[in-house]
Amino acid sequence: MWEYTEKVQEHFLHPQNVGEVENPSGVGDVGSLACGDALKLTLKIDENERIVDAKFKTFGCASAIASSSALTIMVTGMTVDEAEKVTNDDIAEFLGGLPKEKMHCSVMGREALEAAIADYRGVILPMAEGEVVCECFGVTDFEVIRAIKESNLRSVEEITNFTKAGGGCGKCEDKLRDLLQTTINEIPVVPVQVDGPKKMTTLQKIKKIEEVLEREIKPALKKDGGDIELVDVDGDFVMVSLRGACTSCAKSQTTLKEYVEKKLREQVLDTLIVEEAK
Amino acid sequence: MNCDAEKVIYMDNNATTRVAPEVVDVMMPFLTECYGNPSSMHNFGGQVGGAVEKARAQVAELIGADPTEITFTSCGTESDSTAIISALQAFPEKRHVVTTRVEHPAVKHLCENLDRLTGHKHRVTRLQVDSDGTLDLAKYEEALTEDTAIVSVMWANNETGVIFPVEKMAAMAKERGILFHTDAVQAVGKIPITLSELDVDFLSISGHKLHAPKGVGVLYVKRGTPFVPFLSGGHQENGRRGGTENVASIVGLGRACALAQEMMGEENTRVRVLRDRLEEGLLKSIPKSMLNGHKTDRLPNTTNVSFEFVEGEAILLHMNRYNICASSGSACTSGSLEPSHVLRAMGVPFTAAHGSIRFSLSVYNVEEEVDFVLKKMPPIIAELRELSPFWKED
Repeated sequence: MWEYTEKVQEHFLHPQNVGEVENPSGVGDVGSLACGDALKLTLKIDENERIVDAKFKTFGCASAIASSSALTIMVTGMTVDEAEKVTNDDIAEFLGGLPKEKMHCSVMGREALEAAIADYRGVILPMAEGEVVCECFGVTDFEVIRAIKESNLRSVEEITNFTKAGGGCGKCEDKLRDLLQTTINEIPVVPVQVDGPKKMTTLQKIKKIEEVLEREIKPALKKDGGDIELVDVDGDFVMVSLRGACTSCAKSQTTLKEYVEKKLREQVLDTLIVEEAK
Repeated sequence: MNCDAEKVIYMDNNATTRVAPEVVDVMMPFLTECYGNPSSMHNFGGQVGGAVEKARAQVAELIGADPTEITFTSCGTESDSTAIISALQAFPEKRHVVTTRVEHPAVKHLCENLDRLTGHKHRVTRLQVDSDGTLDLAKYEEALTEDTAIVSVMWANNETGVIFPVEKMAAMAKERGILFHTDAVQAVGKIPITLSELDVDFLSISGHKLHAPKGVGVLYVKRGTPFVPFLSGGHQENGRRGGTENVASIVGLGRACALAQEMMGEENTRVRVLRDRLEEGLLKSIPKSMLNGHKTDRLPNTTNVSFEFVEGEAILLHMNRYNICASSGSACTSGSLEPSHVLRAMGVPFTAAHGSIRFSLSVYNVEEEVDFVLKKMPPIIAELRELSPFWKED
């Protein structure tokens, strides 16, 4: 049995805006009977590009119906530009969250919205142009990559929960793993907040460096039985001492430069140089 | 925890059953004062061993077997695994297994993982079923080869209730010197079984499907059948299954088997009538609904009906509002994203597979409950169809 929030149950048992608007300005038709869920969203958009009416028809489980109902409530009154920014996470949030295996229901809502807006504008959706990765559910690489980026997915299982890709015969699992790997590598690491470079005092640097070490670097090294201690900071030179398995590890210098230094540069100051204290 | 069992209309007996009050009664002493270990030398423990033996005789009686052929296990899944792995170990040179596409996951997933479990490569033939869920015996015969170690075919299907001709299939295997296992967890207690007259080598039973508690099962092993234990350990169960006996549950299962024997008539008359009334009522009052599975070669308690263009989980949650318990073969309830493998094997169209509901009755169901369900189902389906983009009234 799924753990649905009260909001999901409420929208499932008493869905709002069921039906089709007359002479719709945009129609979004996504999913299929074969896939087990489908949503037809119809929008009425006025001359000021504002959504004045939204209605849905959904074939699917409780969370698919609830997501559709939530979507129509959320977008009514929005301008098309505003509606375009609604994400699947927004829909899930509106409902007080969805079970992780059901996130694809909120994704279906978002996709229907995009399809309806594209229909209104008379353009073709980019995801329809992607290459189909999962044949069971007709999911394209475009949709998978987008879900990975937007929802910060980190495993094939999560991809399946969000897009359904890989949830059928499972033959595309390797392809999904590849897509995941390449996409993660492409995502730029956002610096945590770099306090004006070069204006940091040594004490500030030490504090920041300690913070990053504790939060990210130490836990990572500890996984391999190693550890690291900050010995001193002199200008841009960061002196560290490697501990545990790192001391006898042939790759420790690579770890120091490629991992520790890179992390500290990203998150503290991009001129830092990490060295092992002898 | 209060489960309000009195309020519930329970029609999900193929999932699990209510523990019969008579069963609870005989179990209680073994959960309280009679806590001895049946393996002990002292009388305090030894007398408990006597209770286990009585239960063994009760199980044997229900399925027409000898008590020495009964081994208690922890569940149906353990029984299935024990039988199949035992056969493969007894005939290590034979590397072929015959089964069907509609087996319970206990057998289905085991057969998918045989290579890993035995360290050998195996070939598995999974027999196709017809649109009514029945098997083609000519295809079965073709599948049996000199390399076949074991056949594992369920007696009755848990989703549709369809009964396979196990008697005949076991005889065909026997003629070729092939061991035969049947997962009979849904059949035992619902249809008469006399193993002494059959060529079945292994048969699995699950306690909680026939009003005994969860956590106890049986593996029947025909006398003279080569056997390799799955759980090695102590000398319990004649060396066939290590591990201290789950005494209370075993005693409960014995009583449940005796009860099932008494109730078999009612199961096949009153329960069947209720099931038929429910099924006919649903098919008549709800348009675009269809029966999944053979109409007559079927357990007396099970009906699997599809309501087209609506989704099973949504139906179940609406039924839940009225405390009606049943199951669905839809994707959202199967734990995967695809609808039931049984319905897909039968070629049930997606429009119907996603909207399938299984009602499975028991002797505890009464006519008023069937009437209540018949009253509630049409508006539930109609309401969901209102929402469905595929539904067109015509």
